[in-house]
Amino acid sequence: MHIDRYERMWITISGGLLIVFAIALGFSSVVLGVRLPGLSDQLLPTAAAGPHDINEGWVRQLAPGRYEVNMRARVWNFNPGEIRVPAGSTVTFYIHSEDIIHGFKIKDTTVSLMIIPGQTAKATYTFTEPGEYLFVCHEYCGAGHHFMSGRVIVEEL
Amino acid sequence: MAATNVAKGVADAYTPPVTERKLSLAFIAVGFAHLLIGVLLGFFQGLEHAGIDLYAYLPLIRHYYQGLSIHGVFNVLVFTTCFIGGFLFFVVGRGLKRPLESASLGWLTFWLSAVGVILVDYTLFTNQASVLFTSYAPLQAHPLYYIGLALVVVGTWLMLVISLRTTFAWRRENPGQRIPLIAFGANVTLIMWTMASIGVAIEFVGFLIPWSLGWLPGTDPLLMRTLFWLTGHPIVYFWLLPAYISWYFMVPKQVGGKLFSEPLARLAFLLFIPLSLPVGFHHQYLDPGVSEGYKAIHAFLTFAVFMPSAMTAFTVLASLEIGGRARGGKGLLGWVTKLPWGDASVSAQLLAMVLFSLGGVSGLINASYNMNLVVHNTMFVPGHFHLTVGSAVALTFMGVSYWLVPYLTGKRLFSKRMAAWQPWLWFFGMLIMSRGMSWMGMLGAPRRTALGSASYFLAEWTPPAWMTAIGGVLLTTSGLLFFINLFGTLWASPKAAAQEQQVPLAEPYEENGTLPNWLDRFTPWVTTTAIIVLITYGPTIYRLITDLDLSWTGLRPY
Repeated sequence: MHIDRYERMWITISGGLLIVFAIALGFSSVVLGVRLPGLSDQLLPTAAAGPHDINEGWVRQLAPGRYEVNMRARVWNFNPGEIRVPAGSTVTFYIHSEDIIHGFKIKDTTVSLMIIPGQTAKATYTFTEPGEYLFVCHEYCGAGHHFMSGRVIVEEL
Repeated sequence: MAATNVAKGVADAYTPPVTERKLSLAFIAVGFAHLLIGVLLGFFQGLEHAGIDLYAYLPLIRHYYQGLSIHGVFNVLVFTTCFIGGFLFFVVGRGLKRPLESASLGWLTFWLSAVGVILVDYTLFTNQASVLFTSYAPLQAHPLYYIGLALVVVGTWLMLVISLRTTFAWRRENPGQRIPLIAFGANVTLIMWTMASIGVAIEFVGFLIPWSLGWLPGTDPLLMRTLFWLTGHPIVYFWLLPAYISWYFMVPKQVGGKLFSEPLARLAFLLFIPLSLPVGFHHQYLDPGVSEGYKAIHAFLTFAVFMPSAMTAFTVLASLEIGGRARGGKGLLGWVTKLPWGDASVSAQLLAMVLFSLGGVSGLINASYNMNLVVHNTMFVPGHFHLTVGSAVALTFMGVSYWLVPYLTGKRLFSKRMAAWQPWLWFFGMLIMSRGMSWMGMLGAPRRTALGSASYFLAEWTPPAWMTAIGGVLLTTSGLLFFINLFGTLWASPKAAAQEQQVPLAEPYEENGTLPNWLDRFTPWVTTTAIIVLITYGPTIYRLITDLDLSWTGLRPY
C-alpha cells in the first residue's frame, strides 16, 4: 500500500501530538495528583460509627484544618446546603444520592462528581482562598433541577 | 474520445427503482420533519439562557426540560437515524448498481421505525418522557417511550441485514471485485453501529422496559449508565460515518477533484469498527464505581479513535485540493478560493468540515481524563457537540439533501438563492453559539439546566448566555431557510428535465493504489472489536452484574 509522503508526515505528527497529550495527562494525574473518582463501593467517612450516621448530612472537624462532609443529595437539595470552614482547610466530601442521579460541582475548583444511587462519591479539596464557593447539581434531575445548589463559605482566619 | 466518454457516462449511470427512491425519501422526510421541531425548540432554549422564558406561549410544551428532551431525542435519535436510513439505502443500491435485497424488507423497516417514532413522539409531547436523550435510570419514563426507541434500534438492525444481503448478492454476481466505495462505507457504518447498539438493547429490553412496566422492582443506576455509554459514544460515529461517506466519496467529485487516497480512506473506515466501541468510559470519568485504570484505558483509546479522523482530514483536504487546482487554483492556498463555493451542497459541507475541526479539538479536551473535571456536564459539552453532530453531521446532511432530494423526486431545487445563504448563516450562527456555550461552561455553568430560571445564575454568565441566544436565533433562521426550501422542493417545485441531477461519485486518484485485499475484509475487524470490548468492558460489567442492585425504584419528577 502506497502512502503519500506528506500524508505519512501528517499521520506521524498527529499521533505524536496525541502521545504528548497522553503523557501530560499521566503527569498531572500521577505527579500533580489531580485524580478522578474510582472504585468506591467501600468508601465511607473514616469514622462513620457513633453519633455520625452516614444517612444524615453533617460537617465535622477531624483535626485543625481538616474537615469531613457527609452529604445527602435528593430532589432538589443538598444536605448540608451550606458549609463553613476556615481558609486553608482541606475538606473531604462523601456524597450519597437518596433517589436518582445527581451531580456535584464546586465552581472554580477541581471538585466535580456524579452522584449515583448506590455509590459513594468522594472528592478532596483544599480551600486556600477565602470567599463563597457556589456548588450546583450538574446532572438533570427533574423540573426543579435548576434550584439544586448550595455554597461553601471559606472564612478568613 | 468525447463519444466514448459519453458512452461511459451512460454505462455508469444507474438509477435505483422507484420504490427504493420513495423508500429513501420517506425516511428522509420523517427525519427532517423531526429536525424542524428540534431546531425550533433550540430557539427557545437559547433565549431561555438569556433570561427570556417563552415556554408559556408554546402549545404542548410545559417547561424547558420537556422541550430539551424533545430537542435532544428528535435531533440526534430520530432525525439522524431516519436520514441515515434513507441515505444508506440509496448509497447501497446506487453503489452496487443493483436492487436492494429487498425493497419490501426496506419498507418493513420503515414502518417499524415509524411506529417506534410515533410512540416516542406521543410520550414526549405528553410530558411522559422528559428524561432527556440519556434516559438515566432511576429517572423514569413511560414504557411506550422505551419501547418506541427499542423499535427504532431494531429498525437499524434490519438496515444492516438489507445492506449485507444486497452486498452478498452483488458479490455472487461480481466475483473478485472490490465493493464500490460508497457501499463499502455504508456496510462499515451499519456493522459498527449494530455491534455498538448491543449496550442499549440490553439496557432497554432487559431492564428499562420491564422496570417501567412494573415487572422489575427497580434498576441498577450505574449498570444502566455503563450500558448506555457502551452505545452512547459509538453512536456519534454512526452519525458521522455517513457524513464521511459524502466527504470522501462524493464531495471530491462535486468540486472536480479525485479521492486522494483510496487505501487510507478504506482503512480509516475499517479502523472505526474496533476503535469506536471501547471508549464509553470517557463519559463516566466522574462516576464512582468505575475504576481509574479502565477509565485511563478508555481515555487512551479515545485518543486512538481520533486518528482515523486525522487521516480523514488529510485525505479529504488533499482530494479537495486536486479539484481546486484542476479549476485553476495556484499557490499554497489559491485552490481554496477556486472551489465551487456557489454550490450550496458544496459550501454546506466545506463549512461543516471547518466547524468539525473545532469540534474535534474540543472533543479532545472533553476526553482528556482529569481535564474533564473542569468541563464535565458544563455548557462546554453542548458547545462541543453542536460543532460535531450539530454541524459536521446536520449541516452535511442538509448539503447532501440539496442534490439528493431533487435527484430522488426528479424535481428542481425550490430556491438556489435560499440555499446559497443557508450554510453561511448556519456557520456563523454556530460559531457564535458554540463559542458562547463553551465560554459559559468554562465559567462553570451546568449544561441541561434552565439557567435563565436558576436560583444561582451568575452575572458573569450573562455575556456568553446572550451569545448563545443570538447564535441560536441565526441557526433557527438558517434552519427555516433550509426547511422552506426542502418543503418547497417536495410540494411546489416543477419537474426537472430528465437526468438533470447526477449522483456525484469520486474516482480514486490512481497514483496511491488500492488497499491490500487482506485488509479489505470485515470479519477480522469484527472479531478484533469483540475481543477489545470484552477486555475493556468485560470486568466492569461482570462486577456490576454480580453486584446487581435492583432496589432503586424510580421517580418521575417532571
